[in-house]
Amino acid sequence: MIRKPVDIGFPDRLYMVTGGRSRADDTTFDLVTLIVSESAPTAGLQSEHVRILELCRHPTAVVEVSAELRMPVTVVRILLADLHAMGRISARHPHGSRPAASLPDSVLLKEVLHGLRNL
Amino acid sequence: MDSATSELPARMPLDDAAETGLKIVVVGGFGVGKTTLVRSVSEIRPLNTEEVMTQAGVGVDETDGLVTKTTTTVAFDFGRISLNERMVLYLFGAPGQERFWFLWDRLFSGTLGAVVLVDTRRMSDSWYAVDRLEHHRTPFVVAVNRFDDDASSFSLDEIRQALSLSDDVPLIDCDARVRSSGKRVLITLVDHLYELAMAREMTP
Ligand SMILES: Nc1nc2c(ncn2[C@@H]2O[C@H](COP(=O)(O)OP(=O)(O)OP(=O)(O)O)[C@@H](O)[C@H]2O)c(=O)[nH]1
Ligand SMILES: [Mg+2]
Repeated sequence: MIRKPVDIGFPDRLYMVTGGRSRADDTTFDLVTLIVSESAPTAGLQSEHVRILELCRHPTAVVEVSAELRMPVTVVRILLADLHAMGRISARHPHGSRPAASLPDSVLLKEVLHGLRNL
Repeated sequence: MDSATSELPARMPLDDAAETGLKIVVVGGFGVGKTTLVRSVSEIRPLNTEEVMTQAGVGVDETDGLVTKTTTTVAFDFGRISLNERMVLYLFGAPGQERFWFLWDRLFSGTLGAVVLVDTRRMSDSWYAVDRLEHHRTPFVVAVNRFDDDASSFSLDEIRQALSLSDDVPLIDCDARVRSSGKRVLITLVDHLYELAMAREMTP
């Protein structure tokens, strides 16, 4: 089934970028999942994919990719899922992002406090 | 100077060893100083982005092409603090109004905790945020951003009463424009989270 752009609320440009898909199905990327490129861009890649691979030569959070590309997080997740499926990026998922997310423990929080105090 | 007027870099790559992203959300009514607070403690100039939210996706039949759901685009901004080589904290400024609840649900998942910014001239703007956070069981602190022309100067006790805050919710004054003040707000929150975690871990 082909949906019109209006159905998923994306402007035409974003509809084109994602090939009409409205969400990333398998891998979910949290806003603060850190993305790292596993290879340099190669010919034939979609321009948005190239930009992501260049940006993520150093770890970059999903939300930063979104801000840099000036595309909604929703769209960026789809692009990232593509690259992940191609083995082009790896994802460093945040603490407690799994379904059985536990509250942060005192050891982690102590580290956060230490970091903040040293600012 | 201690204020946030100096220019922050727009882009600055993280350490290659960075592996753990953490989240804290700053909520509050329009113009209460959310972006100002994020900017004062962030190592990068606050960036802005948006989520396209699908609302009320109920009754959507994917097979017949009859799509009735509505979508809304919600903008939010964020800043970043590298805590050490491995850990990086992201601060999200999110609008506190009721109509943005769906953005909240997204932002709150997996967040360490929240800061509720309060403007005493418009205290009622904060009720919804407090209510929602309690409902989510997201731990939070309340920071009163004192504006210069705030003639009311309610005491913290009066504010605690007005917001029906329980005694265990930390409540402090701050100046969102000042880095050391913003830093103190964050430390107050994480201290609170640490106490909660310790209490949990002590309980058999
Ligand atoms: N005098 C004074 N002004 C402040 C203070 N904090 C913020 N402001 C000013 O108040 C205005 C609004 O601050 P913002 O940080 O943009 O508020 P916001 O909550 O992000 O606003 P929205 O995102 O539009 O809801 C700006 O002009 C700030 O410079 C403060 O502590 N004292
Ligand atoms: Mg703002």
